[in-house]
Amino acid sequence: MNGEVATDISNAVLAVQGLSKSFGGIHAVTDVHFQIAKGELLAMIGPNGAGKTTCFNMLMGQLSPTNGSVFLMGENITGMKPRKVWRKGVGRTFQITGTYQSMTVIENIQMALISHHRKLYSIRPYATRLYREEAMSLLELVGMAEQAERACAILAYGDLKRLELAIALCHQPQLLLMDEPTAGMAPRERIALMQLTADIVQEKNLSVLFTEHDMDVVFAHAHRVMVLNRGQLIANGSVEQIRHDATVREVYLGGGSVFADETVGDVRA
Amino acid sequence: MRQWVMFVLELTGVNSFYGKAHILRDLGFSIQAGEVVSLLGRNGAGKTTTVKSIMQLVSPASGEVTFDGQSLTHLPTHRVAKLGIGYVPEERRIFTDLTISENLEVGRQPPRDGVFEWTQDIVFELFPNLAERRNNRGKALSGGEQQMLSIARTLMGNPRLLLLDEPSEGIAPVIVEQMAQTILKLKSEGLPVLLSEQNLHFAKIVSDRAIIIEGGLKKYDGAFAELESQPEIRDAYLSV
Amino acid sequence: MGLFIAQLLTGLANAATLFLVASGLSLIFGVTRIVNFAHGSFYMLGAFAGYSLMQVLPGAIGFWASVLLSGLIVGVIGVIVEILVLRPVYKAPELFQLVATFGVILVIQDLALMIWGAEDLLGPRAPGLKGVVRIMGEPVPKYDLALIAITPFVLFGLWYLITRTRVGVLVRAATQDREMVAALGVNQSWLFTGVFFLGAALAGLGGAIQLPKGGADLLMDFNILAAIFVVVVIGGMGSLPGAYIAAVLISVLNVFGVSYLPQSTLVLMFVVMAVVLTIRPYGLLGREEVVGEHGQVGEPERPIKPAGTKARLLVGALLIALLALPAVGSHFLVILATDIIIFCLFAASLHFLLGLGGLVSFGHAAYFGGGAYVAGLLVTHAHAPMELAFLLAPVGAGLAAVIVGWLCLRLTGVYFAMLTLALAQLLWSLVFQWDEFTGGDDGLVDIWPASWLSESNSYFYFTVIVGVGGIILLRHIAHSPFGYALRASRDSQRQAEATGINTKRVQWMAFTLAGALAGVSGALFVFSKGSVFPNELEIAKSFDALIVVFLGGVKTLSGGVVGAASLELVKDYLTRFEYWRLTLGLLIIVVVILAPHGIVGSLRKLYDKVFGSNDDPDSTGLNTPGTTQSRDMPGGVSGGGVS
Repeated sequence: MNGEVATDISNAVLAVQGLSKSFGGIHAVTDVHFQIAKGELLAMIGPNGAGKTTCFNMLMGQLSPTNGSVFLMGENITGMKPRKVWRKGVGRTFQITGTYQSMTVIENIQMALISHHRKLYSIRPYATRLYREEAMSLLELVGMAEQAERACAILAYGDLKRLELAIALCHQPQLLLMDEPTAGMAPRERIALMQLTADIVQEKNLSVLFTEHDMDVVFAHAHRVMVLNRGQLIANGSVEQIRHDATVREVYLGGGSVFADETVGDVRA
Repeated sequence: MRQWVMFVLELTGVNSFYGKAHILRDLGFSIQAGEVVSLLGRNGAGKTTTVKSIMQLVSPASGEVTFDGQSLTHLPTHRVAKLGIGYVPEERRIFTDLTISENLEVGRQPPRDGVFEWTQDIVFELFPNLAERRNNRGKALSGGEQQMLSIARTLMGNPRLLLLDEPSEGIAPVIVEQMAQTILKLKSEGLPVLLSEQNLHFAKIVSDRAIIIEGGLKKYDGAFAELESQPEIRDAYLSV
Repeated sequence: MGLFIAQLLTGLANAATLFLVASGLSLIFGVTRIVNFAHGSFYMLGAFAGYSLMQVLPGAIGFWASVLLSGLIVGVIGVIVEILVLRPVYKAPELFQLVATFGVILVIQDLALMIWGAEDLLGPRAPGLKGVVRIMGEPVPKYDLALIAITPFVLFGLWYLITRTRVGVLVRAATQDREMVAALGVNQSWLFTGVFFLGAALAGLGGAIQLPKGGADLLMDFNILAAIFVVVVIGGMGSLPGAYIAAVLISVLNVFGVSYLPQSTLVLMFVVMAVVLTIRPYGLLGREEVVGEHGQVGEPERPIKPAGTKARLLVGALLIALLALPAVGSHFLVILATDIIIFCLFAASLHFLLGLGGLVSFGHAAYFGGGAYVAGLLVTHAHAPMELAFLLAPVGAGLAAVIVGWLCLRLTGVYFAMLTLALAQLLWSLVFQWDEFTGGDDGLVDIWPASWLSESNSYFYFTVIVGVGGIILLRHIAHSPFGYALRASRDSQRQAEATGINTKRVQWMAFTLAGALAGVSGALFVFSKGSVFPNELEIAKSFDALIVVFLGGVKTLSGGVVGAASLELVKDYLTRFEYWRLTLGLLIIVVVILAPHGIVGSLRKLYDKVFGSNDDPDSTGLNTPGTTQSRDMPGGVSGGGVS
């Protein structure tokens, strides 16, 4: 696992080396290594409290690591503020959606575009007239064009998630970090959102790192899976390898009775 | 040993709104003693609103909710809880600034006639992980432990019926399996449960009966096992 | 040494009252999240009630019975206020309730005036504790020693109640999530009423117990308000031991301040607070605010749109009407309109901060008064021409806002609000006590506009152009990318930061802009009146602006202006009557209860109800209400720590 990390960090979209974080003596994340290749959909799974969100927050700059480094396209971005990391080409969606409730759907996108085009401190033009077409095409990409003028506050939950995805795509990121993208959704919506993500990944040749508790989603869409337990990376491999890993079954997957185990037959197929 | 009295929860013609949005449409179903019933349906179908309408956290515009023959409609929420309906909300909502013991204390209600009386010690037997950390604050718990605490806290009110709103959401599969065992144990002791759930695999393990709602309308009400033989319903409303 | 100890003891004795009143405020805020402006009024009522009771109840037993009874009576008054005034508005947007408590202040002021008259009442001495004890040769009043002895017991009792009893556990749980407490079978509305009783009773006790050292007068309510806010903030919101330590710290420092640095007394407390908060942003024993405790609650505001043709025509018509006013209206009407426009600009600048930025400043008068004083001082000391003074006023106010903003924006929510209040008070006390430079209480006079504006009609036109221009400017900025960035920073700081917005910088700039425009209104004010006094910097002035913004409607663009114009008009009419405060207070309470979304917000809701709304959420298109909103609070990312 850790040993197989290539020393050449410049080829990977994201390379994480020896990442650790402790909060007052408690080790939340210990010595995590991994890389993401271009076009890869990488899942990070693990028990609650295993350190997944801490890991994410260190990648995006919400937390600075106690040890270790994060490289984006070969550039060291360790400890950069979230807004700097964003400008370097990393988009993020949140487990709990963080859209601007007082704005319309399209204004949410326009806001991110205004930031991308560095017009934040302008007080002359009307914000709603800026980058409308660009915003519209992003909404079309996630299938929300008809809802452009609706107030964000009255959107259905699944649509909020799609809106957030569109926001994260505003600055044509190299890498998308998605924290439990399908949390709180019904099975059908989960599949739809991840299918959409997978399509976009392919179309734009993006890389995605996502955390998820729904194994149906992970096993259907991830190209590769990492397992975190008590802050340590305990497995890193293909979906098949992870499914059959004894340790992973013990600490996380359990008997496989609460998701579509392959022994029962994949119901989606 | 643990005995719950006979009773029934019944919803008839319930209509509920959020502002102008009509969420529940003439919803009606009942739960018998000792039964575990799953409330299924996609996001926004009205599952949470159903649970909240029973608790009177959302006041139904029309229709009737009765529990053990008594109408709950328009009762304040705390009275509904006092009658013996235990509510475990979506998002757990534990008191993060309070210790685990104190969280349980908030949920404690005086014993009820003919209902098993829970104490902290008995609760800790059921959830041994919590026992070790009884003096820790809620915010120190992981998501799975918070869910356990939320259930434990509700049990301290000696409920005669348990409402669980999406308990498996965001929880590791291995913990969901443990939770299934816990619910089966409560069921074997006669505590009826209404379970709103997205995870069909989990719902199937614990429940006898399934109710499917879509757009606030009831689409199916019957044995879980029979759902297997009705793929058209499964595909239309659940589509796993 | 003896003198030192005697002074220390005096300070400790003074801390008793401060602690009693502040702990009540802390308790009420901690549980109900209501910033109770009327807490000073409860304290004042306690003093008056105690005074009357002590007239009829004789002896030592009578004295102490009077103290306890006063607490009880004020507690009951608190319950009445909670049930009649606050219960109907618990569901209103956060902080809206403070408007209601402001109404209560006005009502209580006039009721006290009716019952006890305008004369200051001298408190009776405590029977049995009249003499002094000599400690190292210095006389120390026996009553002081009694107070010093009593306070720790009160502290311990309260602490025990909150941390060790079931009621305390429930109260703390309700602090975090009252709906969940109800869902677990607890009647939380009575829990709230109980807390209000206790909090008000503590204030009442504080008022009665200080009678032998002070007395009772009609200015007590506002006089103690700043001090108790300071104590609660220094100690840490919701921390009773913290409040005790802070009360002692403030009182003792104050006693020494009076002896050794008499010019500093008013300033001292705020300097201490600024220092403490710089080192410990959440107070001595406070903890960081829990996620979801600040920011906007209730339904989010609607998306805004640039004004349509109809709205533009309406504004145009209004402007023409204003410009025609001198021709058709009386001189008095022109003066009134000048006052209203000035106040509207002041309110609009606060509304920009509060409504769009979600930044609740309790000390906005600092920039209004600041602007006025900058202009006044330039004219008085530098004999600057009016034009120069007028231009430099917003610069000065803006600079003050730059500094205050930098200090305060490290905090959030109520801590932010309290620190803005404290720093505004700091400025006020500087102006008030620096006689030689600012004229102190006597203010600055003879500050008149340049000759080309000296005629009152021409100054009116000037006010219309500058004032309305400022309001339109603010409105335009609301629609600009910067205004959107400000709203984004409020709606979801996390998302904003994750998409490249430097939210603190945006907020800081907005704070500065709002300060500068308040400074413009201050400059307009000083040249229209020809004078300025310290009361333009007072808490009451800040509250005025706050009240009109909430009354008008925080979540509407025109709320500030409409609220300001309405209140100023009503006030102008009501102040002709003797008990105008009572009427105004009741009026405010009624508006608050009937229009929980503010005047503009509620009118718009009514309009939608009658004519139907164009953005109707259909039943399928609705996320589980509460989820997205309550989840998406500032700090949502950092709140968890270990995931």
